[in-house]
Order: sequence, then structure tokens, then C-alpha cells
Amino acid sequence: MPDIVVKTEDVVKEYRMGSNVLRALDGINIEIQRGEYISLMGPSGSGKSTLFNMIGALDRPTAGEVYIDGQNMSHLSQRQIAAFRCHRVGYIFQSYNLLNVRTAHGNVTLPMIFAGIPEKQRNEKAKKLLDKVGLGDRMYHLPDELSGGQRQRVAIARALANDPSIILADEPTANLDTITGREIIDLIKQLNTEQGVTVISATHDLKMLDVSDRIVDIRDGLVERIRNRDEIEIEVGEVGGHE
Amino acid sequence: MEQQRPIEEQIDLPFLESLRISFQSLKIRFGRSIITTAGITLGIAFLVSVWTNNEIEFALQESGRSSEITNIDEAAEQGISTKDIWLIIMSLIVCVVGIANSMLMAVTERFREIGTMKCLGALDGFVVRLFLLESGFQGFAGALIGALIGLLGAVILGLKNYGLDLFFYFPLLPARPENGPFQLGVLLLILFGCVLGMILAVIGSSFPAWRAAKLPPAEAMRTEV
Repeated sequence: MPDIVVKTEDVVKEYRMGSNVLRALDGINIEIQRGEYISLMGPSGSGKSTLFNMIGALDRPTAGEVYIDGQNMSHLSQRQIAAFRCHRVGYIFQSYNLLNVRTAHGNVTLPMIFAGIPEKQRNEKAKKLLDKVGLGDRMYHLPDELSGGQRQRVAIARALANDPSIILADEPTANLDTITGREIIDLIKQLNTEQGVTVISATHDLKMLDVSDRIVDIRDGLVERIRNRDEIEIEVGEVGGHE
Repeated sequence: MEQQRPIEEQIDLPFLESLRISFQSLKIRFGRSIITTAGITLGIAFLVSVWTNNEIEFALQESGRSSEITNIDEAAEQGISTKDIWLIIMSLIVCVVGIANSMLMAVTERFREIGTMKCLGALDGFVVRLFLLESGFQGFAGALIGALIGLLGAVILGLKNYGLDLFFYFPLLPARPENGPFQLGVLLLILFGCVLGMILAVIGSSFPAWRAAKLPPAEAMRTEV
């Protein structure tokens, strides 16, 4: 039996806009296995970011259930959800979402502060992680002093701070140029293969498809189809393919 | 699905850690902090100057000195005139609205930061505590400076009107309590101003911070200002 890390059951999300109800997700059923690299694809407005938020416990579904590590997310207490976000998941966002008041190092240590890790230990780990993403020499710079690619690297280091089993990446390359985007994708893929981290990424960047194990196409709040990597032809990514 | 590790409960952070993070935040956004604090300073300065001025006038009336210098209306005999009460209440309102507004703005522009902190595992209570500490400190510092500026303003005005006589009758301590709540004495007035500034700043920031902390992170991060 495959080890399923994320499972959604008929997940529905509605947004109220005045008297209108917008149905962003219309009953999503997916299962994601541990160690997989999954890409959620779809045009903007398709609901992929909403689904991303549901899986990451960043928002609550209107109906349906999300199970992560076998736990029904709607049954968790507030403290458990905070711990879940802190320990189990690392988030990477399109707009980086770094705290501008903290240096790169300060951003990476923050989740470890929340996890209660002693200062000496977290400082060392932050250094190690920033070295790993290639920012060892810019550790004490504020986000404003870093380029887009560098900021996303800080975000990746931050996402890894508490050794999560899942990385959630919401359009991580959308604000980056092609080459930088490629580097970021390679970095995420490397975590996936070397550390067995499950990667779930919302994207419409074709470069990301190349490294994915499976691609979930989302359209109008529904799963349109799920494709395996070998079922699709990608011309763009052949150069950097890892398989 | 076979059973994996159950999800643990998030721990509370030590108070010192919150204190450190909030001071760091104040220090790094120093420019912005100063503007917010200036809002508090102005509100309290206005309040304290109007009030002190009133107390000085009253103290001089009591001593019988002021009648030689200025024209005092009949109301003076009852202690404090309606006009003065009106003025103090007005300055209180200006102060409340001004401080609440500047704190609200300062928190609202940080909704995204709140959402991000929650993504990283911050408890709602921790987020609120950070803002409470930050705004409490800002409120106290701003109000203290404001009170001193207000006092200075009132003294300068008093000197201009009454000359050095002012210092003989300076209402440092509460005047007669039977004259009602408006004769606090300058020392108590400064304390009152500081406490008021701090309370208003804390309420003005922790209420929106609490609201933002309650939101699911996705919604807090979506909020545009």
C-alpha cells in the first residue's frame, strides 16, 4: 500500500463577494504519495492556489476534508495547526513573503524560534541552510538588499528550517527570470530527490513540469486530469532533466 | 492510510523571546515607528498643554493673582468654566482618535507579516502579544515625550501671560480635590497622559492585530492595504 501523505475528499471552497458566491474549488479528490513531486497546473483563476492553501492548512475548506499524514485537518486544535505549519510543512511563495524587518539569517531562524530550538543550535542550522542555498556570504542582509532569486533562496532555506516532510511551493518561479527560475526549480528538485521531501507546487511554469512525477491539471475548480511525467512531452526542460 | 506520527501541540514562546522580537522590529522599522509614535506624542502633547494651561490659570485664580492680570469671568468662582471642560474633552477626543488611527494604520499595513508568521508556526496569541509589546512601548515613549512637550508649551504660555509669578503658584500637586476631577496637579497629569497614551496605543493596535491573527493565513496575506 502506498504511503499517502496528502488526501483530499470532495474539497469545496466558496468565496462570498457581496451577494455572489464564487466557487473556487468544486469537489477536489486527490491523493499524493510520500516523496512525490506534484505540480498543480492550471490557468490563473482555476483554483490551484486555493487548493494549495487548503493542503497547507492556510485556509479552511467550505466543505470536504483534507487529510495530511492520516490526520483530518478539520479535527485539529489551533495549537496543533500551528505546530503542523511549523514542523511538517515548508512554504514557498511567489512573492517570497520574507519578513522585511529581519535579515536573511533572521528569517531562517524564525520558524526555529517558534519550534523552541535553542539559540546556538538554530544559529548554526540557519548558517548551514543558507550555505546550502548559496547565500552563505549574504546571511546578514535584509531582504530589500537581495535580488529576487536570492530572496527565493532565503525562502527555501526558511522552508527547510524545521526539516518538514512536505514542501509547498506556490508559483515559486513566477517572479523570476528564466535562468534564476531554473536554478530555483533545480534546488527544490534536489531536496526532493536527496531528502525525500514531498514537493507540492502550484505553477504554470512549464519548466517545473519537467521535474514533476505527476501533474494535476486543475480547471474551474475541478481536477481535469492527472498525468504521469512519462505521459507528457516537454521540449523546454530536456536540457536540465534529472531522470 | 497507515498511522503516522500524530501532530503535536505548538509550544508557547518565552516572554523574553517576544520582547526581543518586538524590539528588533521597532528598531529596524525605526523611521516608521517614529511616525507612529509622533502621532501619539502630538495627541498627548495637545491634551497635556490644554489641561496644564487650565490648571495654571486655576491655581493663579485661587491665589488671587490672575485677576490683576487677566479678566476672569464669573464662572471662575465655581472652579472651572464650561469652556475649559469643553476644551479638555475636545483635546481628549482628538487624542483618542489620533492615536487609534495611527496604530490602526501601522498594524493594517502589516497584515501580510502576520499571515507569514502564522505560516511559520506562530500562535494567534503570540502575534497579539508581539503587537501589544510593540505598541505598549511606543505608546509609553510617545506619551511621555508628548506630556513633556505639552507641559513645556503650557509653561511658556504661562510665562508669557503671568511672568515669573507662575512658578510661585505652579500646580505641581493636586489642588483641592473638592474642585472636581479636573484639578489633578501637573505631576499626576503627566502620569495620566502616559498611561492614557499607552492604553490607547495598545487598544488601537492589539484589536486589529487580534483580528488579523484570527484570520486564516491565506486571507491575512491576501489583504491589500
